[in-house]
Amino acid sequence: MSTPVLDLQSVAFAYPDGHQALFGVDLHVHRGERVAVLGPNGAGKTTLVLHLNGILAPGRGTVRVSGLPVVKENLAEVRRRVGIVFQDPDDQLFMGSVRDDVAFGPRNLGIRGAELDRRVMAALDMVGMADFVDRPPHHLSFGQRRRVAVATVLVMEPEIIVLDEPSSNLDPASRRELADILTGLDVTLMMVTHDLPYALQLCPRAVVLSDGVIAAQGRTLDILTDDALMAAHRLELPYGFDPHRC
Amino acid sequence: MHVPDGFLDAPTSLATAGVAVAGIAVALRGARRELDDRVAPLAGIIATFVFAGQMINFPVAGGTSGHLMGGALTAVLVGPYTGLLCMTVVLAVQALMFADGGITALGTNVVLMGVVAVVVGYAVFRGALLVLPRRISMVAPAAALGAVVSVAASAATFVLLYSVGGVVPIPFDTLLTAMLGVHVVIGVGEAVITFVVVAGIVTVRPDLVHGARRLVATRELETRLVSA
Amino acid sequence: MGAPHGHRLHFHGHSPLHRAPAHLKVAGLVGFMLVVVATPLAWAPSFAAYAVVLGVLVAVSGVPVAYLARRMVVETPVLVFAAVLPFVASGPEVEVAGVSLSEPGLLAAAGLLTKATLGVLASLLLAATTDPRDLLAGLERLRVPSQLVQIMGFMVRYLEIVTDELRRMRTARESRGFTARDPRHWPVLGRSVGALFIRSFERGERVHLAMIARGYDGSARR
Repeated sequence: MSTPVLDLQSVAFAYPDGHQALFGVDLHVHRGERVAVLGPNGAGKTTLVLHLNGILAPGRGTVRVSGLPVVKENLAEVRRRVGIVFQDPDDQLFMGSVRDDVAFGPRNLGIRGAELDRRVMAALDMVGMADFVDRPPHHLSFGQRRRVAVATVLVMEPEIIVLDEPSSNLDPASRRELADILTGLDVTLMMVTHDLPYALQLCPRAVVLSDGVIAAQGRTLDILTDDALMAAHRLELPYGFDPHRC
Repeated sequence: MHVPDGFLDAPTSLATAGVAVAGIAVALRGARRELDDRVAPLAGIIATFVFAGQMINFPVAGGTSGHLMGGALTAVLVGPYTGLLCMTVVLAVQALMFADGGITALGTNVVLMGVVAVVVGYAVFRGALLVLPRRISMVAPAAALGAVVSVAASAATFVLLYSVGGVVPIPFDTLLTAMLGVHVVIGVGEAVITFVVVAGIVTVRPDLVHGARRLVATRELETRLVSA
Repeated sequence: MGAPHGHRLHFHGHSPLHRAPAHLKVAGLVGFMLVVVATPLAWAPSFAAYAVVLGVLVAVSGVPVAYLARRMVVETPVLVFAAVLPFVASGPEVEVAGVSLSEPGLLAAAGLLTKATLGVLASLLLAATTDPRDLLAGLERLRVPSQLVQIMGFMVRYLEIVTDELRRMRTARESRGFTARDPRHWPVLGRSVGALFIRSFERGERVHLAMIARGYDGSARR
């Protein structure tokens, strides 16, 4: 098999205050895959995400991105390859205008001038926000801000996009619009969420993160229909939702 | 209150601007040590916090109220260098975007509410910690002491500047007595607010309080095996 | 709240004053106010001339006088201070309506009011005609250290978010029947300030993460 885009081997991590969040995570994601990471609050999902581009370094174990170890010397390249869309778009959009926010990443890669403009507009086109390029981000709706946040990552032309709770706080229309955009993207995608219907809609494969370890993985449909597994890890489908009818 | 335009003469205003610039230059270098590459986003958002914190009215009596100035508080929470940068940016934004404090008095305001308040407040805070028992519960009282002294020091500095470059003939001792009298009251208010705020943060997130940072024990990592 | 464009501190328009480069406006404001401050009080006609200059600029800017007047409340503490001056200043005294006042004090109060009012009006005009983003770029052109400008940029960006959090916290307090009336209520207010600090600090850390995730290495590149 080819080199996985993401390759985590027995990753363990504790925060400086002593709280241990990850207890040996093994995870492989291959090119073109769409994987949902499911788990209850406090399972270590966000901690896991922060390991994927070296913001946190594992206390034990290794993380590789397309074969490249995530270590200090490789951080610049790793962060180009792995794009993370954080949960709160207000954390991700910190510049004065949509254009500056989308340009922030490529500028850090040394891209300037016409090439920068081209990439910024291409990324905004992909999320349907090109008309808002000169608006200040704080005057956009929440759904629009989340889409711009996705563009700030797409513009880096990453090998994998990681989304932390992409559907949180979105109204149903914005939720569907974002799903349409994500479905249309030709990238490897990993999505951390407890929105199980969204996971089923967008990701054929799912892994369950529980108490800091991967407790199960397989087809998303199989996992969502395994009642014993679901109950053991505090995962619940919304009332009235039937995975078989999707 | 922020010093407006026309309160001190032009030479004094320019001189204080020079002092402010020197202080900011030192702080820019020092802040890197306190926050490494997090300086810009953290100092920016903490400045926003200081600005918002100054908007909270603390009712006194009979419909009057006071508000936080925050020099000592900010120094204790994020360190003196970052604290000075935050206060400077707050004052600059207030002058440029809210017309609060004169543009020619910006240097004076940075010296009074930034440099003097932060340096004196932080120095008194550290001094008090040396004398008090080495316990985390002592951080808030030490910060409160720093706050009251910092307000008095700012007021005294103001009187000093005024005796050099003031445009109204007020007898020095009258002004000093009046300013210190008023500012001891204000300083006590500042101390109480600073105490409550710092005590609240120290109980919840002591790791965020720069003045309370201690070594945190690291612990051995364990690996859990699952059969999945 | 908030105008459709720019920031709420900025009054959107297309006048020559709006279009003028921000760094020239800031330099102009500082220069103008230094001249105002340096002008001796006795030169009354000069102050009339300064007022006319500002009046013309306001007219050119198209910013409504009522908008500026509303924002001039920021000058209130100066008015109070000026009102006290004639009572505390030394020098020859004059009788006004049966009260003896210091003559230099009266003159100084008038001078302070004039200069401070010109300063507030001129600064408000800058704020009203300059988008905060342009203002920051202007400061950078004026050689203000870029790190300081960056910090200001973050402050401007998060001003509404943090003040909104503050508002929501007050709403939450008041929904549970709490209204601060006297110093006994300070601990509750103080805890709100503390909570606001924790939220702000954590947001600062999250923003920093979002920055380094896109290749930020601490250097200010613009």
